[in-house]
Amino acid sequence: MLSRTASSLYWLGRYVERADFIARLVEATVRLDVLSPRPAGEAAWASALAVTETDAAFAKTGQPITQANVARFLTIDSSHPGSIVRALDMARNNARAVRTALTREAWTGINRAWLIFDNRASPGGAMATLNLVEAVKAETRGFEGAIHRMLRNQTTWFIRLGQAIERADNTARLLDVKYHILLPEGERVGGVVDRDQWTTILQTVSAVTAYRWLYSEGLRPANVIDLLIARTELPRSLAASVEEAVDILNLLAKRTGLHGEADRMARARQTRVARTKSGVVIAGGLHQYLQGFISENAQLHTAVGRQFKFG
Amino acid sequence: MGMGHAFDEIMGQGGSAIPRAELAALGDWIEATPSHELRRRQQSAEATFRQLGITFAVYGESDASERIIPFDIVPRIFLADEWTRLSEGLVQRVEAINAFLHDIYGERRILAEGILPADLILGNPQFRPEIAGIRPPHDIWAHICGIDLVRTGPDDFFVLEDNARTPSGVSYMLENREAMLRLCPELFRSFRVAAVDSYPDKLLETMKSVAPVGVAAPVCVVLTPGHYNSAYYEHSFLADSMGVELVEAADLVVDDDIVWMRTIAGLVKVDVIYRRIDDDYLDPLVFRPDSMLGVPGLIAAYAAGNVALLNAPGNGIADDKAIYSYMPEIVRFYSGGEPKLPNVETWRCREPQALKYVLDNLEHVVVKLVDGSGGYGMLVGPTATKAEIETFRAALIAEPNRYIAQPTLALSTVPTLAEAGLAPRHVDFRPFVLTGSKGVQVVPGGLTRVALKEGSLVVNSSQGGGTKDSFVLMDNGAQPDGPSKQTQSQSQSQSQSQAQEQVR
Repeated sequence: MLSRTASSLYWLGRYVERADFIARLVEATVRLDVLSPRPAGEAAWASALAVTETDAAFAKTGQPITQANVARFLTIDSSHPGSIVRALDMARNNARAVRTALTREAWTGINRAWLIFDNRASPGGAMATLNLVEAVKAETRGFEGAIHRMLRNQTTWFIRLGQAIERADNTARLLDVKYHILLPEGERVGGVVDRDQWTTILQTVSAVTAYRWLYSEGLRPANVIDLLIARTELPRSLAASVEEAVDILNLLAKRTGLHGEADRMARARQTRVARTKSGVVIAGGLHQYLQGFISENAQLHTAVGRQFKFG
Repeated sequence: MGMGHAFDEIMGQGGSAIPRAELAALGDWIEATPSHELRRRQQSAEATFRQLGITFAVYGESDASERIIPFDIVPRIFLADEWTRLSEGLVQRVEAINAFLHDIYGERRILAEGILPADLILGNPQFRPEIAGIRPPHDIWAHICGIDLVRTGPDDFFVLEDNARTPSGVSYMLENREAMLRLCPELFRSFRVAAVDSYPDKLLETMKSVAPVGVAAPVCVVLTPGHYNSAYYEHSFLADSMGVELVEAADLVVDDDIVWMRTIAGLVKVDVIYRRIDDDYLDPLVFRPDSMLGVPGLIAAYAAGNVALLNAPGNGIADDKAIYSYMPEIVRFYSGGEPKLPNVETWRCREPQALKYVLDNLEHVVVKLVDGSGGYGMLVGPTATKAEIETFRAALIAEPNRYIAQPTLALSTVPTLAEAGLAPRHVDFRPFVLTGSKGVQVVPGGLTRVALKEGSLVVNSSQGGGTKDSFVLMDNGAQPDGPSKQTQSQSQSQSQSQAQEQVR
């Protein structure tokens, strides 16, 4: 496989995952906003900006933080790299560059997601925004389905490796921002706003029901943290993403004979995450833990590029 | 020219209201299928094309940067006998093009014998002195040719233009057929249509057959300028359907006259390159030094005989519009026989007498830039305004060498879905001809382009043209005393299974 092809597939995976994540984040934030009394609603949107690291870019627009402005900014605004439309644009550019490696179904999945935004000037009100992100999620799910029906070889694995690494990053950021930065001052931990925040986190990683199945008690922050960090059953947890990265690197090593630094880093990380106890993490500082994870994830990304000569 | 005089490929001569007897089944189909149903199917095909991203970029337009080419649902149909005669002409022409290129970059007998003026070749910017003396593997130059034809009667075809460099459009031939199989399966029961879906196999066969001698399992690739190129869809489609890598220049590196591609496992040697990059940009060491799309050292590797390039660099001299008018002489010289496919009569404005005739008849002729393409730099006299004609008159007088002129032919029409229902629209045709070390073959089909505007003769996609499927029948259509019921049902099930195979 061409190095450029491998690199494009990997980035395709990352950008599709990112688009899907932003879509779910916007969806959960619309809900949080509706539930929250003012000005906590605005805080919900401010936190969405922080999670996607677009707060500085949004500040530059000079607009006030309102649902209409931020929803627009995170969905259809192509002027900055943190919007769904830009993520899909990048995904589609990478997909176009490797058209030959994708099946028709996989390509049309991307192209159809991209076409949702063709000539769209506004995400509309809350209802229309929800419909828009629902459409994005449907198309990325279609893409997900399509890549699981492609030949089981490097092509699929590079896409999935990109997805796994992006997913780990997204979940870590989500947890970091929601837990530490945006719990409004003066709000009691365990109070109503707090509870809505935790539900929003679960909703963003599609884990509201999963939580009920896995934990018999009601909504408790320590459990949510445990679920999102250490439970491999949850596909969007750090542990599951980390495990998936290891598995895919193994498959790639078997097929191509290429293994090295990236494999070693991924395995070491898997061992560490498996040993993680949420109580210990909270006591030792969740923020530090997640920051450490995010930078380690970035190092793994670099090592993957080196190992497969992305250039 | 009046539309009433044009030959209609379905309805026949002279504005007939009923189809040619051989194509009666198409008339039945049109009658049985209301316009709104045809329109629905057409829109469905176009929606599919958009989803697949079968788009082209219109240069110089920043909005609408990706467009699909309109698709027309009514096919054009060639009878088996018509096709056989046409194919013979195409084979003869392409053989002559290959012989001409071999000669012009080698011995130059055709110049020595005074058949062509030497300055026409040697002073032509399309002639590449850098290539002279290089012999491509198996002495084949024009592996993939698209010959543009127009038609004025059942067996009256004229070559409008040869394309021996990197002709595009074959993906439309294949995708249009897929759309027709899906949307109008009943047509394939009425007609026994030759399949086109083996084209990628034939292309790969052709590529492998021209690999450098001694390479047992040649590595073949398609070289594209990248995904911003207007024909990128086609590049990726062909690479995909052949199961070979689609590479960009940055993926290739030449070392010691060997071409390698960069893969995740290191460098892999490349033997055959179907390149869809123009000569100018192919190798900055030999052609344009500012090319970012090219591969430094590629021509040296080619000259050393270590890689095959399809098509060979330097082919522009064979399909140049200035050479076109000499094609009958060229065919005669190399084949020893009369051309089976005539040219459209052409006045070379470089010749004073021809120039005078053209200037006197501007409102009746089509004037073309020798080095123009895509329908730009063209005057269609009968539909031009007075001002346009005067602009061209001045240009012709200033630089007569840059122009040729041709009569406006009564181009054939095919019924096409227009606003108010089916109406005749002018078409042209580009069949594809493959040449490998085992010979020349014509794919039974091609790209039909249709001028969607009433009376228009300009079929270019950049100027409002569309495409149609082109059926080549395996027989001569319905005979007056048709086959018995039994054979009919047998051939029905045959074409049905064929259709299913293609839809796959």
